[in-house]
Amino acid sequence: MEDTEEEKKDEADYKRLHSFPLIRHSDMPEEMRIEAMELCVTACEKFATNNESAAKMIKETMDKKFGSSWHVVIGEGFGFEITHEVKNLLYMFFGGSLAVCVWKCS
Amino acid sequence: ELKQEFTRTLTTANPQAPQNIVRYSFKEREYKIVDCMDQTAIHFSLNGNMVPKDSDEGRRQSIRSSTEAEKAPVETSAVTSEEAEIKDAEDTGDTEEAAAGEAAEEDQAAEAAEASEAAEAEEPPAPKAPEKKLANQFNFIERSTTTRHNPLLERGYQVEPAPSMNFSANVNQWDIYDAYVEELEKIEKSKEKEKSKPQTVKTEEKRSRRRLSHVEVQHGDSITKISKAAKLAERMVNLNTFDDIAQDFKYFEDASDEFRGQQGTLLPLWKFQYDKTKKLAVTAISWNPKYKDLFAVGYGSYDFMKQGQGMLLLYTLKNPSFPEYVFSSESGVMCLDFNSEHPYLMAVGFYDGNVAIYNLKKATSQPSFKSSAKSGKHTEPVWQVKWQKDDMDNNSNFFSVSSDGRIVSWTLVKNELVHMDVIKLSAEGTTMQGPEGLQLQMLGCGTSFDFHKKIDYLFLVGTEDGKIYKCSKCYSSQFLDVFEAHHMAVDTICWNPYHLKVFISCSSDWTVKIWDHTIKTPMFVYDLSCAVGDVAWSPYSSTVFAAVTIDGKAHVFDLNINKYEALCTQLVATSKKNKVTHVQFNPVYPIIIVGDERGHVISLKLSPNLRKMPK
Repeated sequence: MEDTEEEKKDEADYKRLHSFPLIRHSDMPEEMRIEAMELCVTACEKFATNNESAAKMIKETMDKKFGSSWHVVIGEGFGFEITHEVKNLLYMFFGGSLAVCVWKCS
Repeated sequence: ELKQEFTRTLTTANPQAPQNIVRYSFKEREYKIVDCMDQTAIHFSLNGNMVPKDSDEGRRQSIRSSTEAEKAPVETSAVTSEEAEIKDAEDTGDTEEAAAGEAAEEDQAAEAAEASEAAEAEEPPAPKAPEKKLANQFNFIERSTTTRHNPLLERGYQVEPAPSMNFSANVNQWDIYDAYVEELEKIEKSKEKEKSKPQTVKTEEKRSRRRLSHVEVQHGDSITKISKAAKLAERMVNLNTFDDIAQDFKYFEDASDEFRGQQGTLLPLWKFQYDKTKKLAVTAISWNPKYKDLFAVGYGSYDFMKQGQGMLLLYTLKNPSFPEYVFSSESGVMCLDFNSEHPYLMAVGFYDGNVAIYNLKKATSQPSFKSSAKSGKHTEPVWQVKWQKDDMDNNSNFFSVSSDGRIVSWTLVKNELVHMDVIKLSAEGTTMQGPEGLQLQMLGCGTSFDFHKKIDYLFLVGTEDGKIYKCSKCYSSQFLDVFEAHHMAVDTICWNPYHLKVFISCSSDWTVKIWDHTIKTPMFVYDLSCAVGDVAWSPYSSTVFAAVTIDGKAHVFDLNINKYEALCTQLVATSKKNKVTHVQFNPVYPIIIVGDERGHVISLKLSPNLRKMPK
């Protein structure tokens, strides 16, 4: 019992340690990337329980800032194949268990 | 080549219209070829309002006009609307009534330009009108006009779709976990490195440099793409500007040579000059062994009092307006040579006695290797450098001769220039007694040398007092032979590329002499009545050579044709005060380049008489 509790704590610790945003793949220009990353972090922290609202917030903000037709997927386990406009893709991890993929395609 | 005929055919197809336009079809989300291209170009279009007689509309109108014509004589009052309708029908059968109506009414009709259309619109209510108008007691005159309006123009445009790429990935919890663990490890490693190495600043610099270089590479990519295109465009513009010169270079053969007997001419072609070298004299010219249109020019100053900077420019015949490569140096360049095995390496000798190697492949403007006072540079200006074959360790090496009397061999060993004195030119019989009983050897001052084409170890050195020494690389203290050649300094020595025993020498004592190295006296002596700056054998014939004199003239000799006189003596310098300093033959094309004191390099084409190959 104690062991499993410890394990759980360790897991939680690891996740806390790993909760910084880690960009897996991106071909955005520098400023756009930083803005998008911060936006994702804000959204995920705000809607920690509801991926859909977080995604909605990210998508609408990106649409306003960078032009129409952004798509956002947030989740913990999925596979995807997308077509995106060049220099408009961000794929990052956050919070130890969340993956966020943001891309533009009209 | 000029007489080749090119046929051009005229077809109805528009040559300007591209044959295969590819347009993006948004429907199918892909690029498709547009099949049929519109071959017509519409210059002017105007919508007319003529109606064919036999069509429905035409028949209707003619019926209308005939019915109206019947009704017209009924009304005595001038009712213009109907008569306007009558005027409509261009093919009225009842011309008399129509004519009557029209005549009365031409004024109004003239004003009402578009009244026909307005009248047609009125046409349906016309049948009713007669009844109304009879009842109406006032006379109404209707007028209508339409203002001029701008004709409509159609314009269509389709934007290229934004470039898009596919991206795919899979994400699970363990994937995320692994990624984070990796990242943490990386961070820890970098932290350890920072702690362990005391040169923390350096690593940060390296990282920032790496970041910078990464960013630069991104910029560099786009710039290099443009630079290549820009270079091509520059060359094309140059070709257009100097089109007639390029035509001359390729095709022009002086036909008057047939009438001139033995004489020939030099046709001036391009002139190469550069702003920063206006005050410098051309001190060395050399053609690149690999690229036949690339040549290097060294700039410096022969004047003892006025020593300034030096420059090294590489020009190509394809771009006469700007040099391809520019290197500047602190002291004047006196000589240069291309390495035949590595055509991107150039050895350069300076006025201050240093030698350097420039690597054209690297983008820096500084020499890759340079000698210094520690590494055995000469104490006097280096007058000539020449590359040798790679030695047994495959290291490139070259020789240099200088006024300090030493001939030094420089070897490129592991990124360093290592020097080795090959020979010291001791002037015979001039050992002096120095202080403290030392035997001082007077050294002759070497001014030029040349290596034999076939016999590797044999070379000739010319000195300031006019002697030519025949030396061997194997013996460092003694000469094989001495020629009492000239009364003044020997400016250039050159072995004949075909006759292995013959060499030529020129000097400021106004003479050019041709020797056989086994005979002490010269075979031919030419007095050119002015100090000779440079002499060069031609690569295509064993009997043709060119010499340039200080008064700006170039002399071309062909021993096969005339042993005593020049075939061509021509003023090549731009102005009378300009001294011509060097001349070189192009190994492939029939041109020579001549350098002068003002930093100009002029290329001249040899006329056919000068180019006769021996049979």
